[in-house]
Amino acid sequence: MTLGNLGHLLVILSFVTALVATYAYLRVTLLRTDSLELSSWKRFARGAFYVHVAAILGVCATLYTIIYGHHFEYHYAWSHSSKALPWYYMISCFWEGQEGSFMLWMFWQAILGVVLIRTNKLWEAPMMTVYTLVQAFLTSMILGVIIPGIDFKIGSTPFLTMREAMPDLQVWAMNPNFIPKDGNGLNPLLQNYWMVIHPPTLFLGFALTLVPFAYLMAGLWRKQVIEWLRPALPWMLLTGVILGVGILMGGYWAYETLSFNSYWSWDPVENAVYVPWLVGIAALHTMIIAKKNASALKSSIILVTAQFILILYSTFLTRSGILGNSSVHSFTDLGLSGQLLLYLLAFIAVSIVISARAWKLLPSDAEEVSTYSREFWLFIGATVICLASFQVIIPTSIPVWNKIVESFGGVSKLAPPTDAITYYTKFQLWFFAVIAILTGIGQYFWWKRVQKGKMQDLLTPVWISLFITALLITFGGINKLPYIALLTASVFALVANMTIILGVLKGSYRLSGGAITHIGVALMLIGILWSSGYQKVVSLNGSGLLISKEDFFTKDDNRENKENVLLWLGQSTRMGDYLLTYRGPRTEIRDVPQYVPSSWLDIIEGDFHAVCLRDITVGEKTYHKKGDTVAVYPENVFYEVEYREPTGRITTLFPRVQFNERMGMVTSPDIKRELNKDLYSYAMIGSNPGDAEEWSPTENFRVALQDTFFVNDYVAVLESVTRTNAVEGVALNPNDIAVKAQIKILDKEREYYVAPTFAINQDRMVMRKPEVSEELGLRIQFMEIDPKTGTFSFDANFKQRDYIVMKAVEKPLINVLWIGTLVLVIGFTMSTLRRFREFRLIRDKGVELEKVMD
Amino acid sequence: MKKIHIFGLIVIAIAIGIIVSTYGNASTYSNFTEAEELAKEGEKSEIHVVGKLTKDANGQIVGMKYDPVMDPNHFEFMLADTNKVVKKVVYGSPKPQDFDKSEQVVVIGRMEGDHFACNKILMKCPSKYTNEKPDFKEATAAKL
Repeated sequence: MTLGNLGHLLVILSFVTALVATYAYLRVTLLRTDSLELSSWKRFARGAFYVHVAAILGVCATLYTIIYGHHFEYHYAWSHSSKALPWYYMISCFWEGQEGSFMLWMFWQAILGVVLIRTNKLWEAPMMTVYTLVQAFLTSMILGVIIPGIDFKIGSTPFLTMREAMPDLQVWAMNPNFIPKDGNGLNPLLQNYWMVIHPPTLFLGFALTLVPFAYLMAGLWRKQVIEWLRPALPWMLLTGVILGVGILMGGYWAYETLSFNSYWSWDPVENAVYVPWLVGIAALHTMIIAKKNASALKSSIILVTAQFILILYSTFLTRSGILGNSSVHSFTDLGLSGQLLLYLLAFIAVSIVISARAWKLLPSDAEEVSTYSREFWLFIGATVICLASFQVIIPTSIPVWNKIVESFGGVSKLAPPTDAITYYTKFQLWFFAVIAILTGIGQYFWWKRVQKGKMQDLLTPVWISLFITALLITFGGINKLPYIALLTASVFALVANMTIILGVLKGSYRLSGGAITHIGVALMLIGILWSSGYQKVVSLNGSGLLISKEDFFTKDDNRENKENVLLWLGQSTRMGDYLLTYRGPRTEIRDVPQYVPSSWLDIIEGDFHAVCLRDITVGEKTYHKKGDTVAVYPENVFYEVEYREPTGRITTLFPRVQFNERMGMVTSPDIKRELNKDLYSYAMIGSNPGDAEEWSPTENFRVALQDTFFVNDYVAVLESVTRTNAVEGVALNPNDIAVKAQIKILDKEREYYVAPTFAINQDRMVMRKPEVSEELGLRIQFMEIDPKTGTFSFDANFKQRDYIVMKAVEKPLINVLWIGTLVLVIGFTMSTLRRFREFRLIRDKGVELEKVMD
Repeated sequence: MKKIHIFGLIVIAIAIGIIVSTYGNASTYSNFTEAEELAKEGEKSEIHVVGKLTKDANGQIVGMKYDPVMDPNHFEFMLADTNKVVKKVVYGSPKPQDFDKSEQVVVIGRMEGDHFACNKILMKCPSKYTNEKPDFKEATAAKL
């Protein structure tokens, strides 16, 4: 049996066992008290689920074996992997394709299923019925079966061979057993450690949203309309942390790897997962108060359902190709959009039916909730969060709206807002200003610091925060009203939550999770405010030099567009406070700790090895000898750019460009991190040292010593011709004669020396070693010595001098954002642990209670 | 009326406000002819134009001009919109990566005189994410 067959078989097995487990759990749920039959069905259901888990693990192992073993006869391995990839990036190959990312999702759901079975036996049957049904739907996404007759494709399998995936290729006619020698390789953007850990985290978050949903559905189904809250709440919190961390990792990856120039660009893909996360955050706030407040219970039911549905919707948005014209992310449609839509609608229908049945059982509030109660403020907070997410999802869904109109025969030409960052910021900023204020007020009411009619407790933090804000506005130069509002709100949130921790909780760490999380949010908002609102472009053309008199170049109405500078190799350019110098392209050798000049290496074409053209020495240590073959990352070119500050301090940054023949050119920034700001640079245009250089036709010069002559507009002087005993890279015999010419070349700013050599051995064989000045784009060869006239002849060729086009931005206080992120995650984790502990205590009591009743 | 109802009304009002503002802020997919009309009317808002790059027999994009030595922030090319109307497009930033490989592009901006000034280009590169037909000719030739 081939690996592909094994994989496909395991996929089918996992699908069937998921269905069997669903049926068995359904039987257990519907059975009443006949314990004998019940326990045998239960055992059977569990058995089916465990087989399912084993099958899923088998599917993943098979696919990884195919990728890791370079089995390029399989389409998935061919299109996502290559021999040059180190093992850790092969993990990323696994989920680069859509099928793999579905597998990651179901892998987590399988693992979580085992945890759920082992932690909550009371809820197991009804909850797992819902759970395994979803798992069956998900497994069908990689089934790869076409229903004959109606030609409906169910799922797309990652186990297709090249021949099955591309049957039309000419190759098969000539050589049916053809196997490609190497794969397409991984998209260079994904060759980053964040891309190894970000997708698993994100998909764990996706999988986790199913847990509260399954508890909710089980509760409504069995008419335990309030009881589901207790087991679901800790899972909801865990979903919040994991999904949040996953999203933030994605943002950090974008900041570090993409040249988007930001950690968040309101791209539809980002929005599609941000919205369910926000809704989940709203849900967990209402769930906390749902036991006491009927409105909150109803909202919790709607929000928990909405979060799960929105995760499905985001999957639909990102994988159906519907966003094709509106996103910088490119999407492919695997032909699964119909199936995804079907699932989406099916789950909406099922949850509406189940909720509607249980709705009349829901309690209603006897009296109005008081404005002085914690319930009121939490509810307001959750509402504002929901409105914020609504504001994001509506414009993001514009392409969907267009499709709906089209399917009814209409024409809708609505396009998403042209400048997403400005557009979303305009709204979200105000929502988050309100949310920040509510976190402060909410905490005060939560810990009952405010009694009816005694709002003055809140006054202390208000005064303190107004004072701090005033200082920050004055000394931070905050001048725009929305920014002032956001800053004031964030500082208030910070102060109010701090006073709660220090005052009421007296630092009691178990209870302070909520307050700490809110402090994290406040810090993040402050960090975002400064790093985005007050970022400064460093790479403005500060020379004042008019490049051209053409209309386009002289009018400077759009400063935004003049923010990229041209840096010539070796020539310093002033930019802001910095003096920038581009030092040349660099390559990374896998076992050498520093980048080395690309000219030291000759990269072997179509391979990831290179031959050293000289000894590779870093500092004192020689890593490789001349002529050694070394492993490199041939696609990556790093441009060494030196930043000299007025103080004389020099920082070197290495913005990267990846040249990938199949996937194109990709640029990534390099970031200089300081305590109070980041200096963020990326090369918009860079030269590929692997490209053949175009030299001009040869020009010949015949000059005497101290003669002045012109090479390509430069003034040159032949200063001396001296005998030399050593020519680099050439072994001279004792009888050989070598001379070196010293030619001085004057550029606008500085002078350069070029020293070509000329050698002659006893057999009158002539050796001419040309000298290249990369800075000048000049190659000079010592051709002849004429003893009669005392003249020397040189050949010169020219090429375009090496340059890069670069953009550099300063991002102030970005570390406050990262610190806030960390604080948020810590606080969130503390709350999660607290609720899990609470759940366990009550569950164990419940189990004891059951024992007593038996 | 109970407090919760008033509250509900406010929420609904804000939601409607959001939807209306989405329409107000949304751009449109359009073409060069309409873009010219809008520019004549003095309309400042930006639109999306979907178009195809014209390529010559060698697969080179026609009318592409980028000389970073002159100005790294100026890139221009010719684009044919869905009605085959061809206009010069000027992009005030460096030439995007992979531009040469793309066929269909979406430009976002507005007409300014004889050209379409855009500040964003979305590219559809056939080879980047979709699995282009692999070129195996060399490999097979070596084998046979």
